[in-house]
This record gives sequence, C-alpha cells and structure tokens, in this order.
Amino acid sequence: MTVLAHPGRAGTGLTGTGVLATLAIRRDRIGLAAAVYVITAGVAGTAWTLKRLYPTPAGRAALAGTAGANPALRFLYGRLDGTSLGSITTWRYGVWAGLFAALVAIFVVIRHTRSDEEAGRLELAGSAAVGRQAPLVAALVTAAAGVGAVSVLLCAVLPLTGLPAAGSALLALGIGCCGLAFTGIAAVAAQLASAARAARGIALGVLGVAFVLRGVGDAAGASGPSWLSWASPLAWIQLARPFAASDPWVLALPLAVGAAGTGLAFALAAHRDQGAGLLPARPGRATASAALRGPFGLAWRLQRGALAGWAAGYAFIFAVCGAAAKGIGQLLGTSTALEREFTRLGGQAAITNAYLAALMLLAGLVAAAYAVSVIGRLRAEETGEAAEPVLATATGRVRWALSHIAVAAGGAALLLAVAGVAAGLGYGLRTGSAGTWVARMTGAALGQLPSAVVLAAVAIALFGLLPRASVGGAWTALGLVVVISLFGQALQLSHWILDLSPFTHAPRLPGGPVQAAPLLWLCAVALALSAAGLAGLRRRDIG
Amino acid sequence: MANAIEIRALRKSFGRTTALDGLDLEVRAGEVHAFLGPNGAGKTTTIRILLGLLRKDAGQAELLGGDPWRDAVALHRRLAYVPGDVTLWPGLTGGEIIDLLGRLRGGLDPKRRQALTERFALDPAKKARAYSKGNRQKVALIAALASDAELLLLDEPTAGLDPLMEATFRDCVTEERQHGRTVLLSSHILAEAEALSDRVTIIRDGRTVETGTLAEMRHLTRDLVDAETAGPVRLDALPGVHDLVTDGLRVRCEVDHGALDEVLGRLHQAGVRTLTCRPPTLEELFLRHYSAERTGAGAPR
Repeated sequence: MTVLAHPGRAGTGLTGTGVLATLAIRRDRIGLAAAVYVITAGVAGTAWTLKRLYPTPAGRAALAGTAGANPALRFLYGRLDGTSLGSITTWRYGVWAGLFAALVAIFVVIRHTRSDEEAGRLELAGSAAVGRQAPLVAALVTAAAGVGAVSVLLCAVLPLTGLPAAGSALLALGIGCCGLAFTGIAAVAAQLASAARAARGIALGVLGVAFVLRGVGDAAGASGPSWLSWASPLAWIQLARPFAASDPWVLALPLAVGAAGTGLAFALAAHRDQGAGLLPARPGRATASAALRGPFGLAWRLQRGALAGWAAGYAFIFAVCGAAAKGIGQLLGTSTALEREFTRLGGQAAITNAYLAALMLLAGLVAAAYAVSVIGRLRAEETGEAAEPVLATATGRVRWALSHIAVAAGGAALLLAVAGVAAGLGYGLRTGSAGTWVARMTGAALGQLPSAVVLAAVAIALFGLLPRASVGGAWTALGLVVVISLFGQALQLSHWILDLSPFTHAPRLPGGPVQAAPLLWLCAVALALSAAGLAGLRRRDIG
Repeated sequence: MANAIEIRALRKSFGRTTALDGLDLEVRAGEVHAFLGPNGAGKTTTIRILLGLLRKDAGQAELLGGDPWRDAVALHRRLAYVPGDVTLWPGLTGGEIIDLLGRLRGGLDPKRRQALTERFALDPAKKARAYSKGNRQKVALIAALASDAELLLLDEPTAGLDPLMEATFRDCVTEERQHGRTVLLSSHILAEAEALSDRVTIIRDGRTVETGTLAEMRHLTRDLVDAETAGPVRLDALPGVHDLVTDGLRVRCEVDHGALDEVLGRLHQAGVRTLTCRPPTLEELFLRHYSAERTGAGAPR
C-alpha cells in the first residue's frame, strides 16, 4: 500500500495552532489590550492612591483595625495581612484583580472555542489542515497571553510606586495564576454545554461560587469556617501572603487547577462530536405559551434571562456594599487627608450618607449601561435579520422598537429598586432600622432612574437616526458620562462639561435635597430624544 | 380581478450601487407567479420594498391595493412572508416561533399548523439553535402556510430543503393556489418555476427582461441535447433545432419539446454512444439570451 504510506505532509492534533492563535489574538487585540490595561492600572493606581491617603504607619494601623473588625469589608476585599502599603494594596485590590483576570480568561476561552463552534466558524477552520486540539490550544494560549501580560506588567509597574519588588512579584503572579486557573475551568465549561451562553454561564457560576466561598471564609474570622477560603482560587492570591510572610507555594494550587482543567478539557474534547456538548440540550415547548404573544411578549422572552442575572448581581453586590456602610466613617477617619475632606462635608453621618449616595450613583451608571445594552439588542436584531420576519407581520416599527424600550426602562427601574432595597436592608439590618433605610434607599436609587433613562434615550435616538454608528455611539456616550460622573470633580472639569452628564442633575440621596425641576427636565429630554429616534426609525430603511 | 402586486419602473439604490433600475412586476390575484433571476438581480430588494422594510427611490409599487410603505401594518395582516435566509432566535423552539409569528400576524389555524408540522417532519420542541438550515426554512414555511393570509411572499423558499421536502413544498403551493391564494415565488431554479407557476417574470440587474406564461416563453423550455454518435448525423435542417454545434461525431444543440422525438430518432439511427438531454439552467439562459441586454445591443432571440 505504497499509496497510503504518504497521504500528504504529516500533521498532529496541534497542526495549525499558531495560525489560529494569531487569528484569535488579532480578533481580540483591542479588547484584550484594554482589559490588561484596566487591571494593571487598577492595581497600580490603587497602590499610588493608598500611598497618598495613608502615608503614616499609625494611619495604616488604624485602617487595619477598622478593616479587620468589619466582616462586610472582609467579605468584599478579603483579609488584611499586615500594615505595610503593599499589604493594604493586596487587601484592597488583590481579590478584585484576580476576579477581573478570571473574567478575561473566561470570556476569551469561550469566545474562541464554544462561540466559534456554535456559529460554525470552527467547522470551516477545522476542514482546513488544522488539528483536532488546535482551536482549544489556540484559545488557551490567547487567554494565557492576556493574564500573563497582566502579571508581567504588574511586576514591572508596582515597584515604581515604591512597593518592594519581591512582594510585587508575588502579588502579580498570584493575580496571573488566578487567571490561569479560570482558563482551565473555562476550557472545561466550553466542553460541557453546546451553547456558548450556557458555557459562559457555567464558568461564571464557578467564579461566583468562588467569590462567595472566599467571602464567607474571610468574613468568618477565627471562630467561623475560615477554611472555606482555601477552597477558592480568588483567595489564594492573598493566602500566598505577598508583602507579609510570603508563601509562594500556595500558587501551585491555581497552577494545578489550570493544568487539571486543561487536561480534563482535552480528554472531554477527544470524546465528543463537533458541535455537541456533554450536557444534553433539553427539548423545549412544542407550542408557545400564552405569554409569548405580540412584540412585547417576544422582547420580554428574549431579555428576561439577562435581566434576572443582572437583578441577582445587583441584589448581592448592593446588599454587601450597604452592609459595609456601617463603620465606614471610622474607616475613612483613619486617613487624615480623607478625614479633612469629609469633616468639611459634615462629620460621621454625612460621611455615611456620602458613601451611600456614591453607591447609588454607581447603581445608576450601571443601570444606564444595562439599558443601553437592551437598546443595542434592537440593532442586533435588525442586522441579524431576526427583525425582518417580525416587521413583515402586522407589527409596526414603532411598536417593535417600543417593546425593547419598555424592557430597557422597566429593567433599569427594577435594577435600581433592587439596589435600593438591597442596600437599605444591608445597612438597616446592621444598624437596627431596616424599615426606614429600605424606604430611604429605594427612593435614593430611583432618583437615578431619569438620568439612566436619558442615556437609553440617547441610544434610541442614535438607533433611529444613525443606525450604523448607533451601538458604538451609545457606548461612547455612556463611557463619557461615567468619566464625567466619577472623575469630573477630581479632574476639575468646567461646569458646563459636568452639566452634560445627566447624573450631575440627579439628587444626591440620601442626605441631599430633592428638586422636582431637574428630574422633570431629564424626563423631557429623554422623551424628546426617544421621539426623535422613533421618528427616524419610521423614515429609514431596515437592514 | 385586480392585481395583487403592481410595480412600475421601480428604482432603488444603496449608495452608489443600483439594486433596482426600472423594474416592472405584475402579479394577478389568485395566481402563482415565479420571480426569477440570478443571485444579486434584485429579487430580495423588490420583496423588501413590498414589505415596507425599504423605501423606494422612484417608480410605483402597489400591494393588495395599498401603498407598501404607508399601509405596511394593515397590509401585513393579509400576507405571509418567508425570507430567503431564515434567522431565528436561538433560545426559542421551532413550535414557539411558529405560534409567535402566527400571533404577530393575527392568528393561525392550529389544525393546519399540526398537519403541516407532520407533513414537513419538523420536531417543534427543538431549540432553534439546534436546527439545520433546512429545518429553519421549514419553521418559516409552516408559519406562513398555516396562516390564512391571502398573499404569500416566498423568497427562495426551497434553498435548504431536501428533494423529499421540496416535493412536499410543491404540493402545498399547489393546494394554496386551489384555495385561491396568490403566491409570489422568487427563485433561481427554472424547474421549480415550471412546475408551480402560472406566469413568470425574469429580472436581471434590477430590470425586468421578460414576463408572461411559460407557454409564451417556449424558447426558455428548450432542452439541451449533447450526444456522441457512431456515424455522422444531420440535424441542421430540422425545425425546432437551434444553436447546433457539430464537432466531428459530437453534436450539441437546443431542441424545442415538439422536435425532441425526431432528433432522438435520428441520433438512434446513427448509433448513440453517449447522450445527455436536460433543460438549460437559468444561468445558461441568462448567458445566452440576455447577456446582450446589458449593453442594449440586441433583443433576446
């Protein structure tokens, strides 16, 4: 059989990995670079700010005392290990940088494995001279390159802020290793489900469980189940104790998880068909329920899953952040610079109110992001051509658009209400006046609603008038508003720029005055922008 | 009876690309009308203007006696549409989508829905992301056929169907015509048009090149004969034989249906070595008959 002896150039399961990895990195170059920059700048910026806020050992010791005594803060940030600047930086940002690195790993791995497979792109690539394992290896390489870049950059940048080099390296490696652990976990998730959404859900679920395990373990203190932290890859960053009694061997744990996950993923991938998952795809209803009626029923059906996820996240985060408000005054008081700033605002109660108001501003900004993403679905349906069969029925364009707009506005209102109730419960239960605070905080949160809706209305106007630029334009507008709202005063921007952000006109609650006029103006602007967008939609071509 | 669709000198361009360049189309109520043209001829653009998704630049377009742009919603209650490339929501099942589209249109007959689902052998409990292209096509077809719309706009509806399902589809369209429904069937497959339609409109580069019944377009239904014989054969004097090319013992020609018997008889006498006989593809027809149209040099033979 001499003919079969040379079937062509020999190939292995890895043939083509280099080409696919280059393609993946090229497709991700902007997003991945931005994510790496944000994580690195976040850690380095935290170190820099803390150095300015807590210059003296006495101030840092006071901070350590307060942070150590507050279980809600331990839940959010982890355990504070020592009083050096490096320890405080690790406490304040270590867990969260690890969380962000894990998110990067999850999104990159799923995007280049299951998403491509579901869309049929891997089938096309796989028909070329590409080995069976090449796409998975290429995805792992891309994710590892991203989290590895974070580690390398932090190793280089952190010592520049004055932190010891050895501790900086251990913190940087810990964050990178956490990303690698979740690279392996995401690789397994990509094999389990046949839909990318479900695979992402599995991996994010593991990340959520890891956060809660670590949070409960860290909040528990010596008498409670503090061993729970050891079960969470997010805790291993602090358990390696950078800037304290360095235990670098702890980082073998995330590396082992990453390696085990990768091995398991390869084993699973070798035993399944292209396009199939290990979890069976469940059959659904053969007929539509009575609720799936009309464009509003459809929009609700398409968006309800995401809204439920957002609401759960809101409830959790704002309950914890609300609970952390108790004692926030003492915490801030440990920095003389901050204390000066805040006593100028009016003392203990004012500090708590300012913290809660800032929390509600965040809730408003994120609710605006949610609303913008919902409006973006309109354009996605239009270009994906799923809107065509709907618009070919007795559904007018305006009704079709209004169905998603209703979800955007109603969803933003729901999220803000959840944020208010959760923060009110979190703070109220700890101070023993839950009823008062739930009502107060719900009002404070809903005060942000008109501002969030104005941003959704900007997205609607762009969708109707400049459809091609609408998604990018809406997110750019949101980004500018976030920068103005969070950093505008620190950057000393002039008044007319600050006034451009709708959140500048929202009431600062709790504690601030409420005026009807700005809220009514915001509503009027939102209505005018939406009407302009819908008028544009009625006149333009679809597609 | 009035025309279901009446289009005169319709124009539409996207930026610098001209999609429709003076298109005419007339579909009579109660007929199955085939709308033929090669890819990119403007069939989908025409249908999207009829659906009010696109706005015409110039010309007239009338649908069921109304203006497709202005009266879109009212008109859509009376028609059903199957897109050429069916995109569905991945998280919904086929059954849910059929019901949803029916409700959006103003109702559908559950008995017909059930019968059609069985005829097309569709599993309605599967999520749309698990459907093949053919199955997505079936979802849209069942939703359209189960409605009681008076006009069906079908844009290359058999593109992903296997031959068995294509036959089912043809049966369904024949039944719809018997029930008095009007069908506009866009296609680039001539055989499909021949099997189903009363009248045909052929377009190319956004312009109508020919319209009428298939009997009026006999030259489109000639067969292509390609044969190799043992001895020489003379076909050039025969009526009904066109475009004869003789290459040694090989002959190629177009033959009218009526002359086929005579041609095959002569080939048989000469001793047939190889023989193929097939209808021309639409692309071949365009190449032969209409390539001169673009430059305006001559009319079709």
